[in-house]
Amino acid sequence: MSAERVPVRFYQVGSFAVGNRLVSADRRNAQSDPQRANSLTSGHRACAGCGEALGARYALDAATRVTNGQLVAVNATGCLEVFSTPYPETSWQLPWLHSLFANSPSVATGVAAGLRSLGKSEVRVVAQGGDGGTADIGMGALSGMFERNDDVLYICYDNEAYMNTGVQRSSATPGAARTATTDVVGEHPGNVFGTGKFVPAIAMAHEIPYVATASVADLFDLETKVERAMSMHGARYLHILVPCPLGWGSASSDTIRLSRLAEETGLFPVFEAENGELTGSRTIRHRVPVEEYLRLQRRFSHLFTREGEVKDVATVARIQAIADRNIRRYRLSEEVS
Amino acid sequence: MLQQIEGSRAVASAVALCRPNVVCAYPISPQTHIIEAIGAMVKAGELDAEFVNVDSEMAAMSVLIGASAVGARAYTATASQGLLYMMEAVYNVAGLGLPAVMTLANRALGAPINIWNDHSDAMSVRDAGWVQLFAETNQEAIDLHILAFSLAEELSVPVMVCVDGFILTHAIERVDVPEQTQVDRLLAPFEPRHVLDPHDPVSIGAMVGPDAFTEVRYLASIRLSRALDVLPPLAQRHSDELARSVPSLVSPYRLDDADVVVVAMGSVLGTIKDVIDEMRDDGHAIGALGVSCFRPFPKDQIRDALAGASRVVVVEKAFSLGYGGILATDIALVLSGRGIPIHTVIAGLGGRPVWAASLRTCFNEAVDATLSETTFLDLDEEVVAREVDRMAATRRSGPSAENVLRDLAERSRT
Repeated sequence: MSAERVPVRFYQVGSFAVGNRLVSADRRNAQSDPQRANSLTSGHRACAGCGEALGARYALDAATRVTNGQLVAVNATGCLEVFSTPYPETSWQLPWLHSLFANSPSVATGVAAGLRSLGKSEVRVVAQGGDGGTADIGMGALSGMFERNDDVLYICYDNEAYMNTGVQRSSATPGAARTATTDVVGEHPGNVFGTGKFVPAIAMAHEIPYVATASVADLFDLETKVERAMSMHGARYLHILVPCPLGWGSASSDTIRLSRLAEETGLFPVFEAENGELTGSRTIRHRVPVEEYLRLQRRFSHLFTREGEVKDVATVARIQAIADRNIRRYRLSEEVS
Repeated sequence: MLQQIEGSRAVASAVALCRPNVVCAYPISPQTHIIEAIGAMVKAGELDAEFVNVDSEMAAMSVLIGASAVGARAYTATASQGLLYMMEAVYNVAGLGLPAVMTLANRALGAPINIWNDHSDAMSVRDAGWVQLFAETNQEAIDLHILAFSLAEELSVPVMVCVDGFILTHAIERVDVPEQTQVDRLLAPFEPRHVLDPHDPVSIGAMVGPDAFTEVRYLASIRLSRALDVLPPLAQRHSDELARSVPSLVSPYRLDDADVVVVAMGSVLGTIKDVIDEMRDDGHAIGALGVSCFRPFPKDQIRDALAGASRVVVVEKAFSLGYGGILATDIALVLSGRGIPIHTVIAGLGGRPVWAASLRTCFNEAVDATLSETTFLDLDEEVVAREVDRMAATRRSGPSAENVLRDLAERSRT
């Protein structure tokens, strides 16, 4: 994340709002533009406070702006697909194709190859899916698209479980989290530790041109990364953490707050990488202990007393250790960078 | 131009003449020579297409979906397990109404794993919504691929050309490869029925609930069935241009006054026709009916072709486990009410040679009205009996495939 690309970052501490008024017009985000594309327009059937709906609109509006609307989107099966296209209504204001759950990276490869063969290379391709479609069932297709360096930006909206089918565990579900298939019963309630995968690291291992993570709490950063990704060709990967009020058991009004806390605890590292090398990290300004993040979510409520005191000290410490490791590994603190 | 080439090479040449935009390759025997040849043409700059070496058959068909959805002419080839691995996308491309074309180099489905020819792969996708064409010869394989692109794009449905693995794909014989100008006259540039276009954005692949699903599927079936009307004149046009008979829905052979009619698909018709010639020489009123288009099923044409038959023998290279013949079941339904005997001969499974002598025995029995309802051609009864006995005698009798192979090895030693 070089200095000339993002020279200024303001936000009004306490309100979580990005200070758009304080930057010059050409640096304002796509969402502040009254003429924004609204690629995913209103009327869709996402839950109140859906982080994925927010993330998809932010990302695709930014991509639409930077490509002058020359954009095609491919969508994996999942919440985003279902809530956006209850037939005959559609919220998509751009050409959009849903094929299957496991194949959106391959379909996007086909779209890119088809466009290139027809001499329409100016039309760019974005593929999108949830963490299940990305980390689990679509992993082979995603890896294939990466290694071929196909001209596709793949965006994963990670809400850390299979929300569309009723909150079952995915390989992106964190340790201790309650899901419908990792119940809070037995000796180790919730999802087991030591399992799962972090797809951005897998993407980096493919040494593709661009890998980034982003959060819906940081609009400027998210849009800048989409623009950066679209300025490049080849396989690119953007992983956006999107809180799910339904699956996480959080208040709809806490979606942005949770996104910010995930970042500030270090549990969700925000960084970017080029050709497999870490090139920039979002420094945590106010480091927050993980319990501040966990406490707001019913999926972790078994770790706390009714009054909100930490009950399972060992498990919370284990989660804190993961956050601390992320901070070291992805250089999220000025002290270690 | 007449050429002495391998079937796979002939198919590759035909596909290249159709000017595909996107070709996907994932290797599986016996399809490999087809995609290798196309890949070489693209790499050498002889064919202007995107050639994508994908990570699986599921990816191959998915790339075709994406390419076809932006209006690109898209092609791949597969066989057997590869077809099963892409099954979800095989149904999807048809449901989306995208005109992809695929060669199926017919091969058996495992387990046990077997790379040789039969039709169990093609039969496994008969309900997927694809047109399924069967080539009898490598010349037909060439002509059917050109026809496939015409038909697919005319109807906006995917078309699968079934070419018997090894028997055709690896056979080197003389074929007439059309000129580019001929194919260009037959195949206009692809005008998609729906397309992903930023200037006219549409959503494709929306969820459909109980309120409209029946209607959407009904319409998909109507669209597929239109092939029955469109294919004969289209094949005639291709026949006129290429100055030879391009197969359409069915291929009758010596059906005049035939009492016994043998029905089959693919290359086995060659052997069947030889046997019929012999039997005709011996004075038997026997003929054959090749089914060139298996889906949509040309019921009327088959009913008409079999109108004079008093006995039908269906020779097929696949069967429904726990039931019997698959093509035979369709034929029986077409002939329901006629009250004539319909026999099933299951032959050539997993590459077992279909000998003319064995067919002759069956057809003689058919003429004599002594043929069983279902026959497994050249079934080794002794080996089967040994394994059945073993299973009856021992609870842990072991895996059948390995037992049968051991028995065969033992028998060959003694």
